Amino acid sequence: MWKWLHSYADPERAYNLSGKLLPWFAMLATALVGIGSVWGLVFAPVDYQMGDSYRIIFIHVPAASMSMAAYMAMATSAFIGLVWQIKSADWAAAAIAPIGAVITLIALITGATWGKPMWGTWWVWDARLTAELVLLFLYLGIISLYASFEDKVLAARAAGILAIVGVINIPIIKYSVEWWSSLHQPSTIRITEKSAMPTEMLYPLLINILGFGMMIGAITLIRFRAEILARNGMRPWVRELAKAEGVK
Amino acid sequence: MKKGISFRQAFFTLLKRDLQIAIRHKGDIFNPLLFFILVVTLFPLGIGPEPQVLSRVAPGVIWVAALLASMLSLERLFKADFVDGSLEQMLLSPQPLPLMVLAKVLAHWILTGVPLILVAPLLAVLLHLDDNSYGALMATLALGTPVLSLLGAIGVALTVGLHKGGVLLSLLILPLYIPVLIFATSAIDASSLNLPYSGHLAIIGAMLVGSLILAPFAIGASLRVSTN
Repeated sequence: MWKWLHSYADPERAYNLSGKLLPWFAMLATALVGIGSVWGLVFAPVDYQMGDSYRIIFIHVPAASMSMAAYMAMATSAFIGLVWQIKSADWAAAAIAPIGAVITLIALITGATWGKPMWGTWWVWDARLTAELVLLFLYLGIISLYASFEDKVLAARAAGILAIVGVINIPIIKYSVEWWSSLHQPSTIRITEKSAMPTEMLYPLLINILGFGMMIGAITLIRFRAEILARNGMRPWVRELAKAEGVK
Repeated sequence: MKKGISFRQAFFTLLKRDLQIAIRHKGDIFNPLLFFILVVTLFPLGIGPEPQVLSRVAPGVIWVAALLASMLSLERLFKADFVDGSLEQMLLSPQPLPLMVLAKVLAHWILTGVPLILVAPLLAVLLHLDDNSYGALMATLALGTPVLSLLGAIGVALTVGLHKGGVLLSLLILPLYIPVLIFATSAIDASSLNLPYSGHLAIIGAMLVGSLILAPFAIGASLRVSTN
């Protein structure tokens, strides 16, 4: 049933397919993040309690939710790479890791700037914040483990095992606001019922979340293509590609 | 075909071997313990000798020191076997790798975790820990240090083939240690207020059971990567 998928594990086809997908992701990302950010930062109504500084959520919430989504994507690719020995999946995981780390850092920094006006402090040692910090450390650990092996096939396997072990942290972050009494408010977006948020604020937020997802997709594709080229430098098709680009 | 030796025999042979090797190199047992004691004694010197302050930070200090001591001692878990090739023999043997790994981790815990638990009450006295927290301290250490050994062994197995594994190891396993630290110290804090702490203990116990089941497989897979 999944046989047709296997042909895309071939580096050349994966490279070409991601090249075709890249403009779509990039266009959607630019459009959605543009619309969502302008709508959220300029046109969305002012919150009666929190004033204008609540607008940080239009960056913070997408970054935070995508930091977890990126981790799951990375761990899933690592799992596929480890179990079915598909190298393209390993490269995809390696491509996602630094992006996830940066988006986690963005979530932490915007969260801190939100905390200062709202809670009166940059940082509290609270379950969700700590778990998000741990997520950043996990990303950094995976990146440095991948970097410290000379042999990148081994590196991907080692980092993949660590990524899969670290998945345990994701539900902890997700449910930390429900399990512990936390300063961080529980999520206001509901998928099945009505959200605890007026629609004029909800729509730009949802658009931005989708836009951030597309943006991560686009950057991942760029890095994935670079990773494929780096790992297949000796293959004839890469050499032809380099020749066509005018490299000696 | 006869299998040679049973799983139980293999497990205990390896356990005995590791214990024997460690007993012949007594430094392996005493150095992490000394490190643990030294780190704990640094805190009263660093933050001042007031008993109220010390008794407030005691659970955290003891647990952080235990975490670091366990991490430092872990580095040697597979190193010698990796260097002299016996690790590869272990991978090639017909016995299941997770079982062998579990024996090694158990040996490591007996050599470093148990002495640490035994010496902890003494350090707790030095730090003026609340009288009703001793039970919680011992219980969390007894349940928590095996988790540290099991989780840490994953990191060690991943880095055993690398030349500069030391700093990387701390980056890999300290994030995984954080949940144990949080629940252990909050259990001790709860006990000092005479609140029930069985819930915290249950969670640490769940972590122990979970890591006991899953970690040996992750360690085995990591060793196969490292010895490739």
